Amino acid sequence: MKKLMLIAGAVTMGLGLACGATAADTVKIGVIMPLSGNSGNAGKSAVAALEIAAQIINEAHPEMKNLPLAAGAGLPNLGGAKIELVVADHQGNPSEGQNQTLRLITQEHVVAMLGSYHSNVSFTATAIAERYGIPFIIGDSVAANITGRGFQWVFRTTPIASDFANNYMEFLSDLKKEGHPVGNIAVVFENTDYGTSVAGTVREAAKAHGLNIVADITYNANGADVSPQVIQLKEKKPDAIIFISYTSDAILYMKTMKNLDYLPRVVIGDDSGFSDPAFITAVGDIAQGSINRSAWDVGPKGSTTYLINEMYTKKTGHGLDDTSGRNMQALFVLAEAINRAGSTKPEAIQKALRETDLKPAQLMMGYKGVKFDQTGQNTLAATYLIQLFGKDYIAVWPPAKAQHKLAYPFKGWK
Amino acid sequence: MIFLQVIAGGLLIGAVYALFSAGLTLVWGMMNVINFAHGEFVMLGMYVAFWAYTLMHAGPAGFSALAAVLLFMLGVFVYLLLIRHVMRGPMLAQILSTFGLLLFLRYAAYWAFSANFVTLPEGLFGPSLNVGGILLSAPKLVGGVVALLLTLGIHLLLTRTAVGSQILAVAEDRQAAMLMGIRPDRMQALAWGLAGASAGIAGALIATFFPISPTVGESLALIAFVVVTLGGFGSVPGAMLAGLIVGLIESLSAYYFGPVYQDVFVYGLFVLILWVRPHGLLGKA
Repeated sequence: MKKLMLIAGAVTMGLGLACGATAADTVKIGVIMPLSGNSGNAGKSAVAALEIAAQIINEAHPEMKNLPLAAGAGLPNLGGAKIELVVADHQGNPSEGQNQTLRLITQEHVVAMLGSYHSNVSFTATAIAERYGIPFIIGDSVAANITGRGFQWVFRTTPIASDFANNYMEFLSDLKKEGHPVGNIAVVFENTDYGTSVAGTVREAAKAHGLNIVADITYNANGADVSPQVIQLKEKKPDAIIFISYTSDAILYMKTMKNLDYLPRVVIGDDSGFSDPAFITAVGDIAQGSINRSAWDVGPKGSTTYLINEMYTKKTGHGLDDTSGRNMQALFVLAEAINRAGSTKPEAIQKALRETDLKPAQLMMGYKGVKFDQTGQNTLAATYLIQLFGKDYIAVWPPAKAQHKLAYPFKGWK
Repeated sequence: MIFLQVIAGGLLIGAVYALFSAGLTLVWGMMNVINFAHGEFVMLGMYVAFWAYTLMHAGPAGFSALAAVLLFMLGVFVYLLLIRHVMRGPMLAQILSTFGLLLFLRYAAYWAFSANFVTLPEGLFGPSLNVGGILLSAPKLVGGVVALLLTLGIHLLLTRTAVGSQILAVAEDRQAAMLMGIRPDRMQALAWGLAGASAGIAGALIATFFPISPTVGESLALIAFVVVTLGGFGSVPGAMLAGLIVGLIESLSAYYFGPVYQDVFVYGLFVLILWVRPHGLLGKA
C-alpha cells in the first residue's frame, strides 16, 4: 500500500512538472461539454469543432486570412503561444458542470472557460467562474436568464430567442417591401418551456414590428392529432405561420396540412423539429420551401466557411452543424481577445472581451458582428434564414448572404 | 362546413383510438389482466410495417397481415412465458409484470431501432377523399373501416362461434370451464394472440400516417385506457363507441377552446360518465 502511494505521488509530481513545463508557451482554455448521456453526440461534435478552431489558430492558415489569428501560427502578442483545450464531461448535469468548472479553474489553472451546450449547465457553471474571476464564454446556450444576473465574467456570442424572433420579423418586413402580404401572422407552439418562451419573444417582436397575430395556438407535442389546429389556421388565413415544434408534431403538421389541402404562403419552423433529419426524410417532399434558421452556412466553394467545413468533415465524417459552429465562433472570439490583451491575466482578458468589436467579415457565423453589452450578451448576434429545397436547407436571407433566391410562396407538395 | 370538417376529423381520430384499443379491451375482458404493454405491441406493429415496406416493398395489406401474424405469435408467446405464471401470483405481480414488459419492449426497441423517428412514405392510400367539400384523410378512413370490421369480427367470434364461447367460458369461471373439457391455457393463449394481432394491425395502419419511434406507445396508450374504461371493461363494441366519442370531444374542444384544453373536456366527461355508469357505456354490471 505504501509503495503504491509512493508511486502515485511520483506520478502526480511528474504530471505537475510536465504541466509546469508547458504552461509558459500554451494558453489553457477549459471546455465543458456533455460527452456522455442523451446529448453526448452534440457535445462530441462541438469538441471536434473546437479542436479544429484551435488547430486553425495554432497553425498558419493564410487561406483563411479574414479570420483573426488564422493566418499566423499561435497568438502573436503572446510570443506565438498555442491554444490548449482542457476538455471535461459534464454529462448534462448542472452540478457536474459546477464540479468540472471548479476543477478546471483550481487544478488545471485554465485562463478562461468555454461551454456548455445545456442552458441549465451554463447557468450554474458560470456562477463558479464568476466567483473565481475567470472569463466564461458561452457559444451555444440560449436561455435568456444566463446573462443579466449582474455577472462580470460571462460573455455570450450566440444569438438568443429574442434575436431569432427579431430576425423573423425583419425577414417578414422585407417580404412586405417586395409587395407580399405579411400583416397577419400565426404562432403555433408546443406547450412546454421551449415553445412557450420562444412564442413569448415572437409575440413581443411582432408587436414591435407592427404585425398582427391572428392565431396564437398552443398544443401538446405528444398529441395524436393536429387536425383541429390546421382547420383553425385554414379558417384564419394568416399570411405567415411560425411553428415552434418538436419532431413528431412538426411531421404531423405537414401531413395534416396536405390532407386538409391547406397551403399557407409562408411557413417558418424554429429549428428543433424542422432541423431533425427525420423531418426531411419523412415530409421533405411535402414541405418544400419551409423556412428555418441557422447561423451556419457552408458558403461558396473556396470560402473560409467552406474550408472549415472541409477540415471538419475530414476529421469527423460529417458536415459542421449550427451548434458546433457557434461554439467554434466563441473560441475564435475568445482567442482574439486574449491575443489583444497580450496577457493571460483574467482581468486583462475580461477587459479585452469587453472591448471586442468584430465585424461580420471577421466571423465564420452569420452574426452581424460581436460586441458585448453590460450583461455580456453579444448585441450583434443574428441568424440566417434557410429554406428547404429538395433535401437541403439553403441560405436565403439576409439577401447579402443568400446562396439561393427565396422561393415565395411556400410550395409544400405542389 | 368548418363544423362538419371538425366533426369528421374527430370521428376519424376516434376510429383510430378504437382500433388501438380493441386488443386492450379483449385481454382485459377475457382475463381481467391489464396489459400495460399494449401500446408497445402497437409500436412493434408499426415497426413491422416499416421494415416490411422498406425491405420487401410490401403494400398496406401485406404489411398489416404480416404485423397481425407476428404480433399474434408475440401475444401467445407472452402469455405462455409470462402471464400464465404470474396469474398464479397476487394481483400486484400481474400488474407489475406487464409494466415490466412495457419497459423491456420499449428499451429493446431503443436498442434495436434507435430513438430517431422513421416514417412510411406519404400517400400510401392516395390523396384525401373529398365528400361534398369535407376532406377525409385516406389512411385514417381506412383505419376507421378496419377498426369497425375488426370490432365486428371479434364480436362475432366471441358471440357466434364455439371457440368464442370457450374463451368466454374460461373468462367466466376457469374451474367450471375445465370441468366442461375446455383447456383454459389454450383459450387464454388464443385471447392473447388475438389481442396481439389486433394491436399489430392497428400499429401497421397507424404507421401509415403517424411518425414511428420507440416511445409512440406513450402518446396513444393513456387515451386507450380511457377508451376501454369508458366503453366498459371487456366490451369490444363499447371501445368502438367510446373511441368515437373521445375523438369527437377532443376535436371539438381543441377547435373551440384550444388544443391544450381538450384533456379537460375528455377527462371531465370520463369522470362524469363513470359517476353515472361505473361499468362504462356498454359494460356489464
